Amino acid sequence: MGWYIGRRLLQMIPVFLGATLLVYAMVFLLPGDPIVAMFGERQVNAAVANQLRAQYHLDKPFIIQYLLYLKGVVTGNFGMSYSGRPVSQIVAQAYPVTVKLAVMALCIEAIFGVVLGVIAGLRRGGWFDSTALVLSMLLIAVPTFVMGFVLQTLLGIKLQWLPVTVGGEVSVKSLLMPAFVLAGVSMAYVLRLTRNSVAEVSTADYVRTATAKGLSRHTVVTKHILRNSLIPVVTFLGADLGNLMGGAIVTEGIFNVPGVGNALYQAILKSEGSTVVSLVTILVLVFIIANLVVDLLYAALDPRIRLV
Amino acid sequence: MTRRTHTIRRARRSAAIGLVAAAAMALTACGSGAKTTSSSTAAAGASGSGGFTNGIVTLRGGEPQNPLIPTNTNEVFGARIETNLFAGLVYYDADGETQMDAAESITPNADYTVFTVKLRSGMTFDNGDPVDADSFINAWNFGAYEGNAQLCADFFQPIQGYKEENAPFEADSNYKPKDGDVVTLSGLKKVDDLDFTITMAQATPDWPVHLGYNAYDPLPKSAFVKNTTTPITDAAGNPLMTVDPAYGENPVGNGPYKLKGQGAWQHNVKIDLVPSKTYDGPRKPHNGGLTYEFITELETVYSDLLAGNLDVTDEIPESAFTTFESDLGSRAVNLAGTNFQSFTIPSRLPHFSGQEGQLRRQALSYAIDRATICKTIFNGTRTPAKDFSSPLMAGYSANIPGNEVLSYNPTKAKQLWAQADAISKWSGTFEIAYNGDSSHGQWVEAVLNSINQVLGIKTAPKVYPTFQAMRTDVTDRKIQTAFRTGWQADYPSIYDYLAPLYGTGGGSNDGDYSNTDFDNLLTEGLKQKTADESAVYYNQAQEILMKELPAIPLWVQNIVGGSSTKVSNVKWGWDTVPIAYLIEKPE
Repeated sequence: MGWYIGRRLLQMIPVFLGATLLVYAMVFLLPGDPIVAMFGERQVNAAVANQLRAQYHLDKPFIIQYLLYLKGVVTGNFGMSYSGRPVSQIVAQAYPVTVKLAVMALCIEAIFGVVLGVIAGLRRGGWFDSTALVLSMLLIAVPTFVMGFVLQTLLGIKLQWLPVTVGGEVSVKSLLMPAFVLAGVSMAYVLRLTRNSVAEVSTADYVRTATAKGLSRHTVVTKHILRNSLIPVVTFLGADLGNLMGGAIVTEGIFNVPGVGNALYQAILKSEGSTVVSLVTILVLVFIIANLVVDLLYAALDPRIRLV
Repeated sequence: MTRRTHTIRRARRSAAIGLVAAAAMALTACGSGAKTTSSSTAAAGASGSGGFTNGIVTLRGGEPQNPLIPTNTNEVFGARIETNLFAGLVYYDADGETQMDAAESITPNADYTVFTVKLRSGMTFDNGDPVDADSFINAWNFGAYEGNAQLCADFFQPIQGYKEENAPFEADSNYKPKDGDVVTLSGLKKVDDLDFTITMAQATPDWPVHLGYNAYDPLPKSAFVKNTTTPITDAAGNPLMTVDPAYGENPVGNGPYKLKGQGAWQHNVKIDLVPSKTYDGPRKPHNGGLTYEFITELETVYSDLLAGNLDVTDEIPESAFTTFESDLGSRAVNLAGTNFQSFTIPSRLPHFSGQEGQLRRQALSYAIDRATICKTIFNGTRTPAKDFSSPLMAGYSANIPGNEVLSYNPTKAKQLWAQADAISKWSGTFEIAYNGDSSHGQWVEAVLNSINQVLGIKTAPKVYPTFQAMRTDVTDRKIQTAFRTGWQADYPSIYDYLAPLYGTGGGSNDGDYSNTDFDNLLTEGLKQKTADESAVYYNQAQEILMKELPAIPLWVQNIVGGSSTKVSNVKWGWDTVPIAYLIEKPE
């Protein structure tokens, strides 16, 4: 098991190198000159522009720029943004906010999705199941920004139950609405997935045997049905954490959340290579670790699975 | 060198030039804009200025693109903060006039080549550093020397010595500074602590009007440190100084507001300003502080305004254009701004020179139904032009003799076109060129349609893929059609809307227009003492333009914004940004 984890962690090194190189190349290939853009639509002062290019290594060929960035990362220097802020500061400011948001969203989708899914799965064909089906289809069909603005107008402006935007006040209350919107689509998937999985497991032979043995309904559901039906759900949730963190750009925009999505958007607009790469690379690492945790959970849920 | 280009610029000044109330009444003729005549401007006037309140006003802002160093701030979000943190020599008041701020007087010599500045005595920065001649001279020298890589370096071009000190960079833009280089402007001379002189490279009668831009703000002594990346010394052995990067994070200014402590700038979130105790100038804060909320999405800005989290916004999302006036009522603002739109017909095109050309230009102008286009294409967020400048300029007149040529009159249009045909028969297609990388297609089509319906001639748009491509053809004089032109002044003066565009040899005179009488009236206007006196001449000059129409004015883009119920006395500057220090908000 220890060897397994160690090997998985070692795999992160090539993934890190590959991801940074790819992302750096993509930012490099973005059309437009970021230094020219800094002058707005004014005449560009060539001497000033050249000094800025030198300062950000933009005067060097791509591969040198990338190696200089890597060298910085190894020595703990993630570079400077065009506004003169250390990238590490931007990352340190944005990540805690997004992690909070993503974890809240994950909890919302896990709790609502699993509970409703289990109920629907156990009472399949009933009115609850049908209603849950319609609701989850709605959640999947309605685009995030539509749901964001509708909730914002309804709960924020009209009823004034929740803050309209987050801004500087990052709290559970202010993040509730964005977390719900962010969780929306995934919640519907979790619900469908749980429902089908529970429905399938419920008809399995060992469940019939358990019931025939005279076990109480409660024991059958919790010990036999749930435990077995949750494996695909856990996989989905684990992979979704990365999605929630990286995919929050729209939600963070609507609710003005000062998180990774916002920082990433700004950095892409300005073609700030080092900021984009640093933000994205951490996302990639989060993805890898989340996947590792999912694999470990597998083993815990199903002893038949061996990690080698 | 042309510093200006022909579209909306992001690099905008955030000083405070107010809207002349009378102008506000006159300019809202465009579509739904008409309903807002008595909006916050007028309402605020009634509540009386001079009311001092304690509430903290929250305004729409955005993360500044650069550290808050005035000479390195060339975009709107940083500039609107700096205008509150710093007091330059002058500021632009609520009536569009240039007023003294840190300066007590700025006196030109007879030929407008030397300006003597006298500062008010006893001023200090918030850390106690004195505001003296050195704080201006050092800041300007720092900004002007291209070796310091400041984005606003070009703003110091009019001062003598700029060209000389930056000559090595002109010759080789990769030039590395070395010991003994000239790093200061020879045109700046300290007389004593409170007096200095500015010698210009050439006569610049309206120089003081330029000085409200943030690039000309002073810096305290404590902002400067030795430049370690370029450790050179000048001929006298003085080391090259630079502004400490840490200063841009927590700037110390001499303006009506200061930062609310270290770290008041929360990146990507907001910045908190509180009234400065050391500022005793004319821009006394009417409120208990300012918070600029950095919000990217305009839709979110609008939701925040409706929910009462935001007091003032200078932008409304397009999705709310049709509803914001009913949502906000009298708190909605939809007033003509400073972005002037037109199209230019070079006189070298066949049928557009001499008497025939003049008749055809007038006919075309009469044939355009500006009011309807403003209303239908732009949802009332444009105001039909009544002159060649903007209603926000001091001395603006909506009644310049001859400006009826800017109104829709099909009969007159047909008549004039027929007269022109009598001179030489029209043939071919009338085309207007525009750049397809921005949303101009709709209005160009609408204008051409209007012309086609009235005059019955063939019309067609000519699309260039990018702004750059179109401008290249325009500047090389290769363009064989009429083309769209737009303009936003660098500083609040009608002069800046006229001289560069229609003055003989003007930097952006794309139609190569030239008229000696016009030039003379502009020069005369420059020499007047006040903006209103100058405007008399500028408006006379515009009478000539109304006849000859070197460009055909279309409309000006509106300021589309709004305020919450908690604030009053919201006035809009010439830069289309609310004047923050005037806003009143009871606690």
